[in-house]
Amino acid sequence: MSNSNFSRRGVLKTGMVASAGLALPTYLRADAHSGFTNAPGDSEVILGFNVPQTGPYADEGADELRAYELAVEHLNGGGDGGMLSTFSSKALDGTGILGREVKYVTGDTQTKSDAARASARSMIEKDGAIMITGGSSSGVAVAVQALCQEAGIIFMAGLTHSNDTTGKDKRANGFRHFFNSYMSGAALAPVLAANYGTDRKAYHLTADYNWGYTTEEAVRSSTEALGWETVNAVKTPLTQTDFSSYIAPVLNSGADVLVLNHYGGNMVNSLTNAVQFGLREAQANGKNFEIVVPLYSRLMARGAGESVAGIFGSTNWHWSLQDAGSQAFTRSFGTKYGFPPSQAAHTCYVQTLLYADAVTRAGSFNPCAVVEALEDFEFDGLGNGPTLYRGADHQCFKDVLVVRGKENPENEFDLLEIVEVTPVEQVTYDPDHPQFQGGALGTCNPGA
Amino acid sequence: MLGLEKKDFRLLLIVIGLTLFAPFLLNPFPEGSELAQFNAGYPDLMQRFVIFGIFAIGFNILFGLTGYLSFGHAAFLGVGSYAAVWMFKLLSMNVLPAIFLSVIIAGLFSLIIGYVSLRRSGIYFSILTLAFAQMSFALAYSVLTPITGGETGLQLALSDPRIFGEAQTATGNIPVPALFGLEMRSSLEWDVGGWLFTFNAGYYLAAFFMIVAFYLAIRIFRSPFGMMLRAIKSNQTRMAYTGLNARPYTLAAFVISGMYAGLAGGLMASMDPLAGAERMQWTASGEVVLMTILGGAGTLIGPVLGAGMIKYFENIFSKINSTILHDWFAFLPDGLEDIVVAMIYPFIGKGWHLTLGIMFMLVVIFLPGGLVQGGQKLAGLFSRKKAEDNTKSSATEPAE
Repeated sequence: MSNSNFSRRGVLKTGMVASAGLALPTYLRADAHSGFTNAPGDSEVILGFNVPQTGPYADEGADELRAYELAVEHLNGGGDGGMLSTFSSKALDGTGILGREVKYVTGDTQTKSDAARASARSMIEKDGAIMITGGSSSGVAVAVQALCQEAGIIFMAGLTHSNDTTGKDKRANGFRHFFNSYMSGAALAPVLAANYGTDRKAYHLTADYNWGYTTEEAVRSSTEALGWETVNAVKTPLTQTDFSSYIAPVLNSGADVLVLNHYGGNMVNSLTNAVQFGLREAQANGKNFEIVVPLYSRLMARGAGESVAGIFGSTNWHWSLQDAGSQAFTRSFGTKYGFPPSQAAHTCYVQTLLYADAVTRAGSFNPCAVVEALEDFEFDGLGNGPTLYRGADHQCFKDVLVVRGKENPENEFDLLEIVEVTPVEQVTYDPDHPQFQGGALGTCNPGA
Repeated sequence: MLGLEKKDFRLLLIVIGLTLFAPFLLNPFPEGSELAQFNAGYPDLMQRFVIFGIFAIGFNILFGLTGYLSFGHAAFLGVGSYAAVWMFKLLSMNVLPAIFLSVIIAGLFSLIIGYVSLRRSGIYFSILTLAFAQMSFALAYSVLTPITGGETGLQLALSDPRIFGEAQTATGNIPVPALFGLEMRSSLEWDVGGWLFTFNAGYYLAAFFMIVAFYLAIRIFRSPFGMMLRAIKSNQTRMAYTGLNARPYTLAAFVISGMYAGLAGGLMASMDPLAGAERMQWTASGEVVLMTILGGAGTLIGPVLGAGMIKYFENIFSKINSTILHDWFAFLPDGLEDIVVAMIYPFIGKGWHLTLGIMFMLVVIFLPGGLVQGGQKLAGLFSRKKAEDNTKSSATEPAE
């Protein structure tokens, strides 16, 4: 069916059209109006809340979104002001950010890097968001952080625990308030040694992805430094829902501690399986068999139910903390939604406040000014005690909580009890610690 | 013109027109108005429209013509993305070598998978391709982490050993993909009245590739090769009895559609230099099947329409949250407002999958030929004669 008619006229015509099409893009220039991307107008400023609303971390995402809405309310002067009154920096006065009313847009990350980036790009390109925050998994956080660096937008990470977010994949425009795998390991190891002794043999079950690896490495190196031995480390697929086949060999492996480097639904299932197999009552090497969960969250504890009783783990924040900041936040969150906030909600709320505060102190929305204001910023009153936003890797350094599942919880929110507040000195590390090597912060990018 | 029949040439012209003027067509509502929510004319989404259009056109060459339903096409898209990002990391930030390599790698990859999978047909073929794609996903997600970046995805870094071009820009940032210095992310914004139109360099590059891909698809559809593929679809056994070996034809179609997927993957990485394993997951493969069927399998323009529709839902509908809904229905009395919002909310925002699912069911039940058939029916309502014309033409004939 070829009826080619390559006449001279036809070829010329096509050539003209094609070259015009090719030449067209060269006339396009990015507009450079204000020195940085999405400079807000005089009346309002738009923040982008990019959280998982569907998928395995939807529960956390929903709680994060509640916290963001609360933060926006407080920034605009509504509600009871929450942590604004306890925050050591008094730059924020409830009139929005730099006199502009705070508006927000939301998006669904689906806990997938691609979807998260698409959602973040639409916030930047369509809605004109000046800052993106959120995320409930490290893969997503790292992907969105890189995007924000390219686009010249500030990224305030939500719940992301992998070392890489402020290690291998750190970016100048990205900041993390949440703690990380290394800190979990460093905080947990002494408590474990004190409770279970220093001659334990550990068996690791590790979720087969980036966060699992860094957590396993962190817990291994911290516990081995105190005399523990690692018998075996088995990787489990992220999509696994039944862990029986992974748990069955544990008892005969010679190990007497099981470390579950799992998060979310993985952890709920693996812990339930382990308890069903009778590991809690079992004896090995003449000692009681123990289970450890490096990263705990209330939402996970609720999913696992009674299985969490007596099991150690670490957490970034817990609503039962007695300092003024935590109490103020728990009170205003509880008043608005009727139940206490999770650690994911806390870190997201704090990140929004920290951003607003940095902008106000810098007197500009320019990302480079914000980066400068946040780097090496010391603050208090946001629930974790005195905290430092380290300039070398944009990681917050603060006390870490070691928690244990309550034996007799009074209600469905009162599932964890704080065993120890590990002081910040014990979890601080060098910026070029081996677990964090291989990345470079680069310089801040203000975009257009 | 260009070796096309008049009707096909007109279709090509329509596609060219639509893609060139997309920034206007997709931004019908003025900035700042209530309806601006539904504007889709921002670079990211426009790029996605054409890139997934390419993906669906390629998929349609296999599924629409031969009837072989591959459930693993996302693997080729993913492989193409990885190839492109590696090209950025190692060679240069120019998009052309990256896109070229991604097409080649995806072609080779599909040759291997196709060679094995095409030993079977029907459901067994579908399951084989699904298995291969899931294998690729699992490998990319964990085992091959050094090559693929695992869960985090493959990204550019400041320390990339780029042979041509700088490792970092003068300001200390990672350079962005560009076509001979024209950055893919750069846009020209045109403010007219209340409207804001964005002309993005990356979009026009992707649109150029889509037009070329569309033209090639027309040529394949109209060629003796395309006729052979259709013959395979209608009765492979009869073909075998007449002494024709169908395997080389199906394999060729498979590789061609794999290369289309690779082109889409390479373009995706060029617009946004990141390659994630999720791109290869079976849901991504399922999505392209949905696009093709929704638009109309076996038709030329159908897959492009289907791709546009799904991406529009994914990006626009999913962003409508309950606050916006309450804004819309604020005119109603309080109690009624809450009821109306509660009734609508499950179908939009995070519930967009539900709406899409319902639409897909309706299309499959009432319009087996997809949106294209819907368009024909509409046209038929207005002119009987034209409708007869349409049904005669093979260009718009729905799949069996």
